[in-house]
Amino acid sequence: MLRPLPLLTTLILAGTVLLGLIGTVLPAIGLGPTGRGLSLDAFHAVFDWPGLPRALLVAVLSGVGSTIGALAIATLILAGWHGTASFRWLERLLSPLLAVPHAAAALGLAFLIAPSGWLMRLPATALGWETAPDILILQDPWGLSLMAGLIAKEMPFLMLMMLAALPQVAEGPRMAVARSLGQGRVAGWLKAVFPGLYAQVRLPVMVVLVYGMTNVDVATILGPNTPPPLAVQVTRWMTDPDLAQRAVAAAGALILLGAVVTTLIAWLVGERVIAWLGRAWVWSGRCAPPGLRVVGWGLGVVSALAVLAGIAALAIWSVAARWRFPDPLPEALTARSWMRHGPEIADVTLLTLAIAAIATAVSLILVIGCLEAEHRHGVTASQRGLWLLYLPLLIPQIAFLPGLQLAPLVLGVPPLAAVIFAHVVFVLPYVFLSLSGPFRAWDSRIARAAAGLGAAPDRVLWRLRLPMLLAPVLTAAAVGLAVSVGQYLPTLLLGGGRISTLTTEAVALAAGGDRRAIGAWGLGQTGAALLPFALALLLPAIAFRNRRGLRHG
Amino acid sequence: MAEGLCLRNVAIRQGAIPLLTVEASIPPGEVLTLMGPSGSGKSTLLAWIMGALPAGFSATGAVRLEERDLAGLPPEARKIGILYQDPLLFPHLDVAANLAFGLPRDRARGRARATLVEDALAQIALKGYGPRDPATLSGGQAARVALMRVLLSEPRALLLDEPFAKLDAALRGQVRDLVFARARAAGVPILLVTHDAADAEAAGGRVIRIGD
Repeated sequence: MLRPLPLLTTLILAGTVLLGLIGTVLPAIGLGPTGRGLSLDAFHAVFDWPGLPRALLVAVLSGVGSTIGALAIATLILAGWHGTASFRWLERLLSPLLAVPHAAAALGLAFLIAPSGWLMRLPATALGWETAPDILILQDPWGLSLMAGLIAKEMPFLMLMMLAALPQVAEGPRMAVARSLGQGRVAGWLKAVFPGLYAQVRLPVMVVLVYGMTNVDVATILGPNTPPPLAVQVTRWMTDPDLAQRAVAAAGALILLGAVVTTLIAWLVGERVIAWLGRAWVWSGRCAPPGLRVVGWGLGVVSALAVLAGIAALAIWSVAARWRFPDPLPEALTARSWMRHGPEIADVTLLTLAIAAIATAVSLILVIGCLEAEHRHGVTASQRGLWLLYLPLLIPQIAFLPGLQLAPLVLGVPPLAAVIFAHVVFVLPYVFLSLSGPFRAWDSRIARAAAGLGAAPDRVLWRLRLPMLLAPVLTAAAVGLAVSVGQYLPTLLLGGGRISTLTTEAVALAAGGDRRAIGAWGLGQTGAALLPFALALLLPAIAFRNRRGLRHG
Repeated sequence: MAEGLCLRNVAIRQGAIPLLTVEASIPPGEVLTLMGPSGSGKSTLLAWIMGALPAGFSATGAVRLEERDLAGLPPEARKIGILYQDPLLFPHLDVAANLAFGLPRDRARGRARATLVEDALAQIALKGYGPRDPATLSGGQAARVALMRVLLSEPRALLLDEPFAKLDAALRGQVRDLVFARARAAGVPILLVTHDAADAEAAGGRVIRIGD
């Protein structure tokens, strides 16, 4: 019964991506149900769009810049502080940020850095400005605020991925040797630990790069408007009432995919260059520039506080009565925004969580099935298996989701089911990554001992393995729920505009100026993603309150 | 005692449990051997002398190296080299870069560094092994590279944390003789911890037994 599960999972992940890509290529070259014969008209239309060079440039800049920034900060924090009390404090500060949906973090950041935002109110109050300064900070034409937002959101992700991979590179002994050979803490870490660690987190780094170049939700909120980054423009073409624009959107998506592939190749070349420079640095015996440690710490704290303060700004706006420009706080608090938007938020939250719960449950069943099949039948996941898992995260959503947009209509699948299926494609990899480590690390001697007591494999799974792994299973479920809650493009495109989740609503509101509504919806979205994590921590602590061997596990 | 490595009133504890106490001074070029079973706190003592006491342990007393009190100094400023059971060569660097890793900049810069590394390789009978991947070295070769890497960093004291324990019997004597000969020639105090009486005998210096 378990044997076909790995194949089924492969089909769901790779099949969806491949079908989607085909479904994007066909209309772009004038074929398929809406096409009028083989032609490159759609590509010509994209190339005729005057915004194309800037749209591509901003995509590349924000993608590469945010990846380098997030990677550099995460690396400096680990190099300078891993193993210290300060690091544990910062880790606690950064961990919850992982669950904050991209859109909510971006909305909060927008509230913070806008000309009339919280940050500007401090000098404004001090200097007595009457009106907000007329400068374009938010949605600046070069996408710098977009880059900053992506760095703040991706840095905790990369840091926790690196933290998870650290045990595999013998950090302790290598650092002891490096420091006894006269290398300082940061220099020793960068020279002796980082190269091996980077090799372990290369795929997540590429996921961050691809996401930075092609995301739609953060780019809509923080990115430039005229022209927007290419992914946002493709989405606009995609959702245009004029169906002929679908072909233009598909061509635009393929051009963006080409840019992504080119950038990834350039990134790989860059890795070689950095490795060469690093070897020259090792040979030179030079130490690290002074102050790197403090800089890493400072940037880490600033980016964590920016996201947290952004969430706080959302919360305050959602209960603000009158709040004039230079005032640091509103004149009074009121529940009016929640009275007005609350009922609708509650309805949409219910639907959002239902979609997330089903997608996560399906993912959990498939992942546990795959891992159990691996355990029972020895079908080991190779490096190729890992690439497959990362496929939906490495191929830009904007490149293959448009190709699936017509599938629900053709197959007669209701939009809700299509949305849930699309969510599974993105939730499953994260659930797998989260659960596979603890699942494989489970002491299989317990299974042999149980078999000796006459327990069949199914009984071992249900009565021993899963209960003992309750905490990691719940964490994986919380990760899955948070990923699903945060999905924007799958919901928008496969829902055909008829499925509203907290994320689609929050992003749609971003264009308007109703800060109270944005505050309430953004806060609702954050809560929906964070609450499962709180439960995932709480439930095992309650269930195992009398089982010391299963706590802290 | 003007020179060498001095341990004064040193006591290592794990939580509230005392593990070991040491009072010793090691003149340059001489070996002191600490013999004791595993779990007696020998390696913890070395980690403390290096400046990296693991969490959960505490230590009192003083370490002085050439009249310098080492208290509060970070590991990289102590000028103490260490050899472990495993050679711990950095797997992403070739053999030559491993040797250059700890070579001080005031000893050689630029091209002179490459020359020094080549000479060092020749001294341990590994001439031309510079571009090799450390993973392709035999156990004895890797041990020699690890020794030479420490010596090139010009330590003022050398700690040996059971460095021969993982070598097979035939190789063991060879590597052991090389390490002691080289370390004595460098004229630095040497502190060896081991649970193997043969190591202690080969070291030839004073032996302190702990944890019996």
